[in-house]
Amino acid sequence: MTTTLPPSSAPVDPDRPAAFAGTHVLGEPGQIDADGVCAWFGGRLVLESVDLVMEKSKVTALIGPSGCGKSTFLRILNRMHEVVPGAQLAGSVKLDGIDIYGPGQRAMETRRHIGMVFQKPNPFPAMTIAENVLAGLRFSRISAPDKNDLIEESLTKGGLWNEVKDRLGELGGALSGGQQQRLCIARSLAVKPRVLLMDEPCSALDPTSTLRIEQTIKEIADEVTVVIVTHNMQQAQRVSDYCAFFLAEENQPGRVIESGRTGMIFGEPTDQRTFDYVNGQFG
Amino acid sequence: MTTQTAPQGVLVTTTSASTQTPSSTRPPDTERGPAGGSGSGPGSDEPPTPPRPRRLPSPIRPSSFGAEDVFLLVASAVSALCLVWIVFYQLTSLSGGLGFLVAWYLTFLALTWLGTAQVIERQVATDRVVGVVVVSAALLVIGLVLFIVVWVAYKALPSIHWGSLFTKDQKNFQVADPNALRQVGILHAIIGTVEQVLIAVAIGVPFAVATAIYLNEVKGFGSRTVRTVVTAMSGTPSVVAGIFIYSMLILTHVLSYSGFAASLALVVILLPSVTRVVEEVLRVVPSGLREASQALGAPEWRTVWSVVLPTARSGVVTAVLLGVARIVGETAPLLFTAFGSQVINWNAFSHDQGALPLVIWSDVRQAQPVLIALAFQAAFVLMSLVLILFVLARIFSRPRGRKGGTRRGDSRPVEDDLMARMFVPVPIEESTDT
Repeated sequence: MTTTLPPSSAPVDPDRPAAFAGTHVLGEPGQIDADGVCAWFGGRLVLESVDLVMEKSKVTALIGPSGCGKSTFLRILNRMHEVVPGAQLAGSVKLDGIDIYGPGQRAMETRRHIGMVFQKPNPFPAMTIAENVLAGLRFSRISAPDKNDLIEESLTKGGLWNEVKDRLGELGGALSGGQQQRLCIARSLAVKPRVLLMDEPCSALDPTSTLRIEQTIKEIADEVTVVIVTHNMQQAQRVSDYCAFFLAEENQPGRVIESGRTGMIFGEPTDQRTFDYVNGQFG
Repeated sequence: MTTQTAPQGVLVTTTSASTQTPSSTRPPDTERGPAGGSGSGPGSDEPPTPPRPRRLPSPIRPSSFGAEDVFLLVASAVSALCLVWIVFYQLTSLSGGLGFLVAWYLTFLALTWLGTAQVIERQVATDRVVGVVVVSAALLVIGLVLFIVVWVAYKALPSIHWGSLFTKDQKNFQVADPNALRQVGILHAIIGTVEQVLIAVAIGVPFAVATAIYLNEVKGFGSRTVRTVVTAMSGTPSVVAGIFIYSMLILTHVLSYSGFAASLALVVILLPSVTRVVEEVLRVVPSGLREASQALGAPEWRTVWSVVLPTARSGVVTAVLLGVARIVGETAPLLFTAFGSQVINWNAFSHDQGALPLVIWSDVRQAQPVLIALAFQAAFVLMSLVLILFVLARIFSRPRGRKGGTRRGDSRPVEDDLMARMFVPVPIEESTDT
């Protein structure tokens, strides 16, 4: 489907704060400070003392070979880690200074502020495209003043609006893989998270869809802090402002070897292992 | 495919990826050349010859049957028939239809193997014999089912009197009346069966779905024990379910003989079967959907209610309909609960009530041809009812409509798989990490 950008997408952005600001206080990008984060699965330490700051309105990429704890770390950031049976953790994760694992913090509430997009596109197959976008609101019993506006706005941000605006009533499963993933991004954005976590969002997609998602990431970055796990070095270079290199050496838990600005990690890494990894020497 | 303004460097990868596709379709193209070459001249410049499938040198799979293959089978069958006839009735003095059929079938297999091995080769022969065994087993089952259906219809339909069948009960039956079939019907039984089954479903299905959710979603304390109990319960003979209700509720005068007591006995049968099917259906809901729901901030009950159950909706409906089909024909539990009745009783909560299986059970043993015919008619109605339920199950198991244009192969939602995989336990994929 070839589409041209219609003028209709223009008035969306000015409308956005007014349309949704009153209903809940989300929407401002947030900063995440991870402090001494460790993780266990069934008593086995898989991640050891990770200190990492994910700056507001920036894209932070977590890179590293498989099995080094990137995804575990990402899931710790929105309390999805504790869903796994036998999973434990230590340390603290602060969203704008508030520990999300602190007393009285509810996991459901946290996940609404810190959204997540998964490796495999997972739109709800029993819901239409429009219902998928609104699912988060429905689950949290948040009412949107104008649902149609919100659907259009979220899908526009997800880079999908022009392709699906005439078929919002179709099931989410009727879309292609890349479109499904953008629908998932739109669904996550509809609840106005302050941080969006992405766990290898393009690994199941073709290059064209990957490109569209990367564009989407860049476009949403000023409204929401993005943390992305990726195995694709070029992707990390293209989309991220900051990079953290994770590595689990033999029989060792995963650690952050080096982190910093993306240009620095790829250009002049201080650690030899980082240099080897980003230059494709291993992993 | 949408292409918007994009960095040129990345688009290069896109085009290189798309040029890959025609080159990957080329191998069949070149293979088509020699195959079509037999028909037209080789290396001709005329491109528009439509591709035709190649005939493989040795037709291994039975799907590539040709006329000579069919002839081989028919010839084997006929010669086997003649051979066995000679051996059975001429050379030896054996008798018995079943033995003849079995001997014929085995000889047929042997001759098929020999013939195919002669004409083609031994490996193909073995493959074909196995194919024949599988196909004939399937035909046997289908034939048996068809035979039962046709037999009941044959016994029921000629004497059926539609005017009274669905409007009258059996209280006006008179032995001497030659037109007795015009005076009797099975309305009382239909009313009883419908009421009993509906009550059983209303009680049983919520419990069954809740149990399945407990087993698969909550995975709470003792869920393994519960699963064992459910499995054991599904093996309970249905007459035991009837005795249970009879001894617990009727002998103790909590209930009288009634349709409701029958419903409770049917619940005992319905509960485990629906629970197990629903559990299987819930198990094939991808765990990614649950994670997605939780990541959106949904509480667990929300995830189950708004994501898991709607995704499995068609499977759950199918499970319920299959459960209904299971209990609608149950006879044993009704014997000492509903007890059966010759007259219409609308109230399921008091007094004896008729039911279709009870009509069949009691009337087919009577001496009067009219009652035997009525029993077969009741059987026919019951069978039609089950058939309707299964058709409904098929319809409901289709994914929800509302689709406009279909896109690609991945456009079918999960629900399609559910029917196919409903009875196949699928290991739960745990959340993958790192």
